Amino acid sequence: MSSPAPVSIDATLELLKSGDYIADRSLATVLYLALKLGRPLFCEGEAGVGKTEIAKVLSETLRRPLIRLQCYEGLDVASAVYEWNYARQMIEIRLAEAQGVHDRGQLAADIFDERFLIRRPLLEALSPHTEGAPILLIDELDRTDEPFEAYLLEVLSDFQVTIPELGTVKATQKPIVIITSNRTREIHDALKRRCFYHWVDYPDLERELEILKVKAPGAGERLSRQVVGFVQELRKLDLFKAPGVAESIDWATALSELNALDLNPKTINDTLGVLLKYQDDIQRLQGSEAAEILRQVNADIAAQPLG
Amino acid sequence: MNALPDASPSSGRPTGRLANNIVHFARTLRTAGLRVGPGQVLRAIEAVEAAGLGKRDDFYWTLHSVFVNRRDQREIFDQAFHVYWRNPRLLEKMMEMLLPQVGVPALPEDRKQLSRRLQDALQPGRGEAPREEDGEPPQVEIEATFTVSDREVLQHRDFEQMSQTEIDQALRAIAHLRLAVPLRRTRRYQPSRCGARVDFRASLRRALRPEGLIDLRRREPKLRPPPLVVLCDISGSMARYTRMFLHFMHAITNDRDRVHCFTFGTRLSNISRALRNKDVDFALQKASAQVEDWSGGTRIGQTLHEFNNKWSRRVLGQGAVVLLITDGLDREGAAGLAEEMERLHKSCARLIWLNPLLRYGAYEPKSQGNKAMLPHVDEFRPVHNLDSLAGLIAALSTTPVGDKRLAQWRMDLRKSGSDA
Repeated sequence: MSSPAPVSIDATLELLKSGDYIADRSLATVLYLALKLGRPLFCEGEAGVGKTEIAKVLSETLRRPLIRLQCYEGLDVASAVYEWNYARQMIEIRLAEAQGVHDRGQLAADIFDERFLIRRPLLEALSPHTEGAPILLIDELDRTDEPFEAYLLEVLSDFQVTIPELGTVKATQKPIVIITSNRTREIHDALKRRCFYHWVDYPDLERELEILKVKAPGAGERLSRQVVGFVQELRKLDLFKAPGVAESIDWATALSELNALDLNPKTINDTLGVLLKYQDDIQRLQGSEAAEILRQVNADIAAQPLG
Repeated sequence: MNALPDASPSSGRPTGRLANNIVHFARTLRTAGLRVGPGQVLRAIEAVEAAGLGKRDDFYWTLHSVFVNRRDQREIFDQAFHVYWRNPRLLEKMMEMLLPQVGVPALPEDRKQLSRRLQDALQPGRGEAPREEDGEPPQVEIEATFTVSDREVLQHRDFEQMSQTEIDQALRAIAHLRLAVPLRRTRRYQPSRCGARVDFRASLRRALRPEGLIDLRRREPKLRPPPLVVLCDISGSMARYTRMFLHFMHAITNDRDRVHCFTFGTRLSNISRALRNKDVDFALQKASAQVEDWSGGTRIGQTLHEFNNKWSRRVLGQGAVVLLITDGLDREGAAGLAEEMERLHKSCARLIWLNPLLRYGAYEPKSQGNKAMLPHVDEFRPVHNLDSLAGLIAALSTTPVGDKRLAQWRMDLRKSGSDA
């Protein structure tokens, strides 16, 4: 059975925390509003800041089914909403012929029946579920083209889709919709207007430490502080792609797998590929700059002993 | 707003003179670029008849409801209305069935804000307009100021204002633009007689018609022009072309979807949103208010760096083509330019460099900026004579510098690089 939606912003924070997601208050606020008012949540942010994770955690903590629609260029109604099972329809026609059915109206009603309907994510999300309204994750919406975005307008404002042969399907329970975008293209204002917008930013030092504690428990206290300090410094640099939270978690996990207890310039050089994904950035950091940042981070840690 | 004299019967039928005035007003609007036909004039007269001439406000919105049918026409209409129907005495006289007065001038302080198209539209009428009984001084004054302000426009290269002729020319020219960029195949399909794929859905629907055999319908991928990103240099060395480039960017933004325009000199500005306004004057006005580095220095390396870091991932998706318009003269000795060009080149599907500042046929990459940029472009178009939008579009539509010549330059560059 599904859990009820949180009753306050604090409850939302707690809920996310129980799913190992350390959110800041702004995200909890907007998520609470989205759940309360039944409007989609539109999350934008750099890659690896935990946009998709929000939907997964919600599905787990609220115990609702997660329906995911991964967007790509050329995504169309046939792969996003529904498709007819043509092979079965053809067989049905042949069978009808063999039985001598000649009433074409009857035949049409037979072959455009729910039995031959293949439900794709959007239609699935609007169908009734025993566990309660599902979570619909529309991932990386910026990868589709504008026509699909326009199609979504109807789905997101009225929670209904129209199948010409069957009629309009309207959701009995509104699904909880989370949309994410990496901003490889601007999403049209008309769609944003229908959603609550949230820019998922990089976490600050304390929150990132907390995240590491939960997500990479293998890494020691000192190592975690060094990792977070180092990554936070990197984000201040003018890099082509600053490391996200996913990268810091990966890095902390990788370092603890390598049995490192303490960061040193050599380990950093060897594992920089976990953190930075562009050769220009790696080249820039390798050597003295990384060592300099590490020195500063260590000095900061020394100045503020563990609390 | 001036209320009209009470004496005017609010239910009064527009008489011949008023109808005349509305016709003249409509003509002014048409010359200023609004699509106003005789049908609308008739409707306007009907509407004024129905609404009456009780208040100036009502009169304004009555005409507005008929003549304006797009948001971006509002400003022109507003200006035209206030210029044309400004003089309360005119309205009064009109009520008294005096002669129509075309081209009653604005007060001097409003002159600057007046759209050039509207000036053009009013000007021909000015000479022909029936004069008042006593030669009104403002008219004389205006006659002088119109010409002066025109000259100022040229001196300051004030690209805010476009004449209707120029707009027409631009539209005609832009229709001829053929970038040598292949259309992109999308993953969407359209019906086709001999497409490679079978459209099952259409075939089955078709099969329900009483004709016997299932007749296979086919489909093929749709083609679509790729997104276009224009990066335009607006520094001092390019100043004489700036107006034309802005005009070009506006025309192309409104001609197709997925166009993004940036200007750069010492800083980068994204003016795409401003240019999306259909009315060219207001679009350019908005753009020019947004950009702060007109005709200054150039820091190509730094601005490209900003573009790469801030914008490239947002606008260069889906196989975008970049059109880089610059003379490659960098004030900072091309510091970091090569790296940024390389990054830009790697992030887009095709990089076209248009270099307009070459007066001579024999181009050689001499400046440091040119040397740094040349190895990283797909297509290079030095233009020797660029006077008009049509010229620019022709330059973009012809075949670019041949690969051989480009390769030769690049080889020379490498050689001179290894010598040094």
